[in-house]
Amino acid sequence: MSGSTTCVEAAHYYLSAIRAKLRLNAFVDIYEEELLERAAALDKKRSSGAPIGKLHGVITGIKDVICYKGHKVTAASRILHKFTATYNATAVQKLLDEEALIIGSLNCDEFAMGSSNENSFYGNVLNALDEGRVPGGSSGGSAVAVQAGLCMVSLGSDTGGSVRQPADFCGIVGLKPTYGRISRYGLIAYASSFDQIGIFANNVPDVAAVLQVISGNDDFDSTASAISPDEYTFDTPSTGTYKIAYFKEALEHPSLDQEIAGTIKSFINNLPTQHFKVRAISFDLLDYIVPAYYVLTTAEASSNLSRFDGVRYGYRTNDDMADLTEFYKDTRSAGFGKEVKRRIMLGNFVLSSGYFDAYFTQAQKVRKQLSDKTALIFNDFDAILLPTVPSTAFKIGEKKDDPIAMYLADIYTVFANLTGIPAISIPLFRHSNGMPFGLQIMTYRFSELSLLSLSHQLMNVSRQDLHQSTNP
Amino acid sequence: MPIPYEKYEAVIGLEVHAQLLTKSKLFSGDSAAFGADANTNISPIVLAYPGALPMLNKRAVEYAVKMGLACGCSIEHTNYFARKNYFYPDLPKGYQISQHTTPVCKNGFVKIRTANGERDILLNRIHLEEDAGKSLHEVDDRNTSLDYNRAGVPLIEIVSEPDMHTAEEAFAFVTELRKLVRYLGICDGNMEEGSMRCDANVSIRIKGEKELGTKVEVKNLNSIRNVKKAIEFEISRMIELVESGGKVIQQTRSFDASNDTTFSMRTKEEANDYRYFTDPDLPPFIITEELLHAIRAAMPPLPEELVRKYRDLLHLPEYDARVICDDAATIRYFELLIQTTTHAKAAANWLLGPVKSFLNDKGESMDEFTLDASSLATLIELVESGKVNFSIASSRIFPVMVEKGTADALEVATELNLLQNSDAGDIAQWVDEVLLGMPEKVAEYKKGKKGLIGLFMGEVKKLSKGKADPKIATQLLTEKLEQR
Repeated sequence: MSGSTTCVEAAHYYLSAIRAKLRLNAFVDIYEEELLERAAALDKKRSSGAPIGKLHGVITGIKDVICYKGHKVTAASRILHKFTATYNATAVQKLLDEEALIIGSLNCDEFAMGSSNENSFYGNVLNALDEGRVPGGSSGGSAVAVQAGLCMVSLGSDTGGSVRQPADFCGIVGLKPTYGRISRYGLIAYASSFDQIGIFANNVPDVAAVLQVISGNDDFDSTASAISPDEYTFDTPSTGTYKIAYFKEALEHPSLDQEIAGTIKSFINNLPTQHFKVRAISFDLLDYIVPAYYVLTTAEASSNLSRFDGVRYGYRTNDDMADLTEFYKDTRSAGFGKEVKRRIMLGNFVLSSGYFDAYFTQAQKVRKQLSDKTALIFNDFDAILLPTVPSTAFKIGEKKDDPIAMYLADIYTVFANLTGIPAISIPLFRHSNGMPFGLQIMTYRFSELSLLSLSHQLMNVSRQDLHQSTNP
Repeated sequence: MPIPYEKYEAVIGLEVHAQLLTKSKLFSGDSAAFGADANTNISPIVLAYPGALPMLNKRAVEYAVKMGLACGCSIEHTNYFARKNYFYPDLPKGYQISQHTTPVCKNGFVKIRTANGERDILLNRIHLEEDAGKSLHEVDDRNTSLDYNRAGVPLIEIVSEPDMHTAEEAFAFVTELRKLVRYLGICDGNMEEGSMRCDANVSIRIKGEKELGTKVEVKNLNSIRNVKKAIEFEISRMIELVESGGKVIQQTRSFDASNDTTFSMRTKEEANDYRYFTDPDLPPFIITEELLHAIRAAMPPLPEELVRKYRDLLHLPEYDARVICDDAATIRYFELLIQTTTHAKAAANWLLGPVKSFLNDKGESMDEFTLDASSLATLIELVESGKVNFSIASSRIFPVMVEKGTADALEVATELNLLQNSDAGDIAQWVDEVLLGMPEKVAEYKKGKKGLIGLFMGEVKKLSKGKADPKIATQLLTEKLEQR
């Protein structure tokens, strides 16, 4: 992001990088012509001496669930595969206002439902570090685009870990901000009370620069917070002491890869004690959070996806159908993929009369308890540390037929979405299998300032170790 | 064998939807106006495009609260919207945003009057929700056309308790509600255009029984008359059914206005499971004490309060008071009149007499009446001070003043030479002339046909072109007749 090159040169550089890595299947759509035009316009403006935007020339990719006017937005689904956005998402508008250059839309799991990017109408995305492995999901394309150097930063969306988990699998930084930090207007909804646009980058300051631009109040989203964006600076390292908690049950969980558990434990134990006071605390709700998450998100999704009915826009199987119910059935059966249909069915089930209290109401209670408990923890601590994912990136196809196993792997990430707190995955570690994995850090609601500066410090702390272990 | 209708009692509850007269829709900035070209008041939000979100229109909340306060409801502090999920082409999101489980206004009542006197009909609730679009089946003979202008227009649903027992009560209830929404200016109450719609829940039971019978819901009642007709039909149908050994089944029926009957639309088995849950896109909306005070302070006095005021303080007959309070424009006009004249009864007579018949003749409503109230007040004063008589005032001066819009009655009367003459000399001359011209009638009067005084009086009026002061003329006539 320096001034030593032109926007046009940067655009060409990334366009050719994309062309060289097409097999990764990270992009759904590439806006080549428009990108070069906008880049030239920005160069002209800058050389005229006009003041430049905060993200001037930053080559940015956006997940295929975020609306960019005049461009296809399809949620990687057949049901929208020819749909063109008619307006800009608030986040996109803010990017454009600050002169970011949007290079294309990024592949993902259909309607952001999935943890491996194997549920896309456009096919799998490959992990650039090992093309036999998944990049994670649902924002797999967004993660790989940054990982493989196909753009500088990218936007994803995170409903239960869809930014942090692929960041972990790809060895980059992925932030899910506080619920309400960034307007959801123009983000195709999966589960409205969980969804939040997230940011991928190679380092924390880049994430912060984008966050500062796209966060804030919005007249088109009543769940967007009026709290104004923070000013992030990373020039002066913090000299204070962080009080940090980690969940004992989380690091001892049977699903957690032993090497990941060991690495994180030893990382925690080796943190310089003058700056980091770390304590293990007990968290007995761990086993409830994945079920609660899937009950609530599928419920919301079943309703959010009702609008895709083939009536006003999008895919329909047959223009000439006499029976309305058959029309809906045909269109939605053919328009949605397997995982999306599974979640719609599940959501309708938990909302239906007779089951509502046993599932939806109970899950809401769990969510409330989690929020209360979380507030108490943050009375005593500045941050919580957790693994991001129980394993490193798995092989393509390995878990495809076991949705339950796939869901359970969300154990560490859904917590932040259930409670609305900000969470980040930073790429600190490398497994003996060669794949990277991250550390997840969480702070209290709207404490991104503290989250990002802590993350930045931890990345600096570990740099030495990483150099020793990975660059012999 | 005659059917013993009187053995049964009907139980009726009404659900009335009223479209609110807000400028924009309940959750978007699109115009909520009626009558625009199809699909012009739409946006990504109304059409439920991917990524679009609702934003609550605060004015709609105020209107709902106004209605709640007018009906004596308790107003909830913390309010939620729920999603009612079902598929239909005129429902863009696949769910309707409604307050089904948590209404903003609870309880309350509406006062009605029928031949049996006055009664408070209890309300269950008033809640906010959005309207659906319109499916049009007549535009094209092969396809259904969809107009989404109406989608998202704010509605309040006013739900009564099953608290009415006759079609007349239901008729009076809807009439009162319509008056109230119009008076508050929150809905135009036009049932034919569908801006006010009514569904009726009807059941029967043997008189004296406590338990409710199986209910039938009747829809498509697009006039107050049809509400009454449909309920009348439904009550008879159910009684006849039960008397002939049948059983009422829970169903939804539709009213057919062509023959005043109802027919079955669907039975309960086909009912939807709407999978209600709180809409996660909308945070709770709070009605603070401050907001409640502000809404209350901005509300005009309610018609019921005004009836009491006119009757008890201004001593108007109850009937006059009620007719004035029937519509907002008449109330406003009357309130202006009594600011400038103390003759309240005369003011009421003018409004309900000459003004009303003038408007009736022209087919206009009170809103369209052009003579300003302070001008009419000068005419009332002129009559009450005896300077012109009422019939001259209403037949000659009033039309001229209406024409002008603003005018002083004294000036108009002077200009037209219509001021009453109180000069005893002039009047005596007119009286003499009349009596001289009708010797036979005078003789009859003398024989005792005292009623003829009216005839003489009429002739004096004619002769004087209405200017003779009637009091003095009567007095002189009597004197002179006695003298002859």
